[in-house]
Amino acid sequence: ADIISTVEFNHTGELLATGDKGGRVVIFQREQESKHQPHRRGEYNVYSTFQSHEPEFDYLKSLEIEEKINKIRWLPQQNAAYFLLSTNDKTVKLWKVSERDKRPEGYNLKDEDGRLRDPSMITMLRVPVLRPMDLMVEATPRRVFANAHTYHINSISVNSDYETYMSADDLRINLWNFEITNQSFNIVDIKPANMEELTEVITAAEFHPHHCNTFVYSSSKGTIRLCDMRTSALCDRHAKFFEEPEDPSNRSFFSEIISSISDVKFSHSGRYIMTRDYLTVKVWDLNMENRPIETYQVHDYLRSKLCSLYENDCIFDKFECVWNGSDSVIMTGSYNNFFRMFDRNTKRDVTLEASRENSKPRAILKPRKVCVGGKRRKDEISVDSLDFSKKILHTAWHPSENIIAVAATNNLYIFQDKVN
Amino acid sequence: MFVRGLKRKCFDGEEDIEGTLAGIKAIPSYNLQRQSLLDMSLVKLQLCHMLVEPNLCRSVLIANTVRQIQEEMTQDGTWQMINTQSTGQASLDCLVSTDILCRSSREQAEGKHVPGYSTFNKDFEGDQAQDSLETMSTASSVQAPRNLQNNVWEMENPQENKGNFQKSLDQIFETLENKSPNSVEDLFSEVDNSYYDLDTMLTGMMSNTKMGHCDGLETFTSPTTATSSSNCKSDLNELDHIVEILVES
Repeated sequence: ADIISTVEFNHTGELLATGDKGGRVVIFQREQESKHQPHRRGEYNVYSTFQSHEPEFDYLKSLEIEEKINKIRWLPQQNAAYFLLSTNDKTVKLWKVSERDKRPEGYNLKDEDGRLRDPSMITMLRVPVLRPMDLMVEATPRRVFANAHTYHINSISVNSDYETYMSADDLRINLWNFEITNQSFNIVDIKPANMEELTEVITAAEFHPHHCNTFVYSSSKGTIRLCDMRTSALCDRHAKFFEEPEDPSNRSFFSEIISSISDVKFSHSGRYIMTRDYLTVKVWDLNMENRPIETYQVHDYLRSKLCSLYENDCIFDKFECVWNGSDSVIMTGSYNNFFRMFDRNTKRDVTLEASRENSKPRAILKPRKVCVGGKRRKDEISVDSLDFSKKILHTAWHPSENIIAVAATNNLYIFQDKVN
Repeated sequence: MFVRGLKRKCFDGEEDIEGTLAGIKAIPSYNLQRQSLLDMSLVKLQLCHMLVEPNLCRSVLIANTVRQIQEEMTQDGTWQMINTQSTGQASLDCLVSTDILCRSSREQAEGKHVPGYSTFNKDFEGDQAQDSLETMSTASSVQAPRNLQNNVWEMENPQENKGNFQKSLDQIFETLENKSPNSVEDLFSEVDNSYYDLDTMLTGMMSNTKMGHCDGLETFTSPTTATSSSNCKSDLNELDHIVEILVES
């Protein structure tokens, strides 16, 4: 199994898609709940697996293009088939996933093996009949949106109009129509005329969940810009600019790096945005630009270790963050296969671990705690014992229920609320 | 991993060092740590990962950190000017600029013998980095102190290692240059113009004209020639192989 690079529930939560470093997409489907086995509440089983992207070679630059799936985004379901967008560094693809449970039999001109029948042997007309067959799930690429990004794509976001979507790379954001693959509109371009003056890149972008003219994008300097596509074709001038003033007492050479935003997500309500930087998760009210309304410390004990984390490159890890269905709880990952949840109402938080050694299936997860110096209690783990190679960068939350998917390197964990 | 020849001070846990700049600076220790951070950053920027394009965000963040350290060192007065060997060499000794980040490794190789960027390879020894540092070019006006190279990149057999590396690099460039030369028109006629972003082409052209090497364009491998591309890839693999031998990994 390959390293999982993205996880995403669809809009109903029935399907869960994962993308990995090898360019594969695996889709899980939730079992129908049955009265006979109430304790097996809707488990997720593999529904479809397909190769979305292959490695490519850019001959002009003599560089490989990785097949790793950076993001998957589902389209809302409009018919029996499911549609999703998957992207690697350069190319976005629209995939159709559909079921086939019937097969036509009794062709007139060819026999069951597909060979053409001898015309002189055909004496009567016969019309094919659909007969049931074993369920087959097929994935077919319906659109390929290529050659529009010079830099690496970090985000895709489906617009609420369901007709367009955007793809963002380090310096540009493009707007696409699902039907048109040979053209896209460039809506944000922060590439300086002189590349030597480049000091800031785009790190994530997302459309507003309800207003199809509004989107946000975050930067490596810890800022978020909200843009309105109605104002101009090229949204280089933002409508709103979100930035928290720097805390002078915490200033160090690493301040900028740890302020770089790795993920930005609108709340389901559309009123708030959540951003993840290296040490914190912040919730912003769209109506207040000068500071976030909430800040949550994910792993502040790493603040004194920044130099080591810079040396081993962990400081550049890009963690994602997610809202629960009601926007009351937010979740993000950390190291040592830990992930954290923050309840915005009760202000309580919990640290949990995704690992087979430390929890049995269907056992309730035990809260974990990292001890910061001083005497270490029995169940606590000290900062120096943390395994920085076990990082949880990608998580997803079911749109309406308390089911979460957590990707721990090459393992996928699905956790649910306790069944009473 | 850490650079050879430089004793590492304990960086972590000394909060007053990583804390406010206006805080107490135990002068030798702080300067040394800042210097080692600068060195580490430069190594991270210089290392080239020949096959896959480097992460632009990471490169920009590291370059900003380097700039920040430079600014502080300039204010402190600890930034020393180096003697430039010649006007041509002056730019080569300068610190990295982000311009390099967006050029292909081949463009840099043909024009300036500068490798592209990559993720940080922990096994990469400091001796190779010195070669890269010496041949690095940039438009930044700040010049690296000579002692930067001498302090940091102490090595056991500098000349030999450097020679080996340079030789292998030269071999690879020679192989690439000896491909059947294409005229500029041929190059463009074979390229599907809709594919390549215009500014990628311009970047390549500009970097070559800047160096006065018009024949740089002639050495571009035709995209339709399968053999040359596979040769290119095998040359890159060869470089990886050589790097492995050099670092004895």
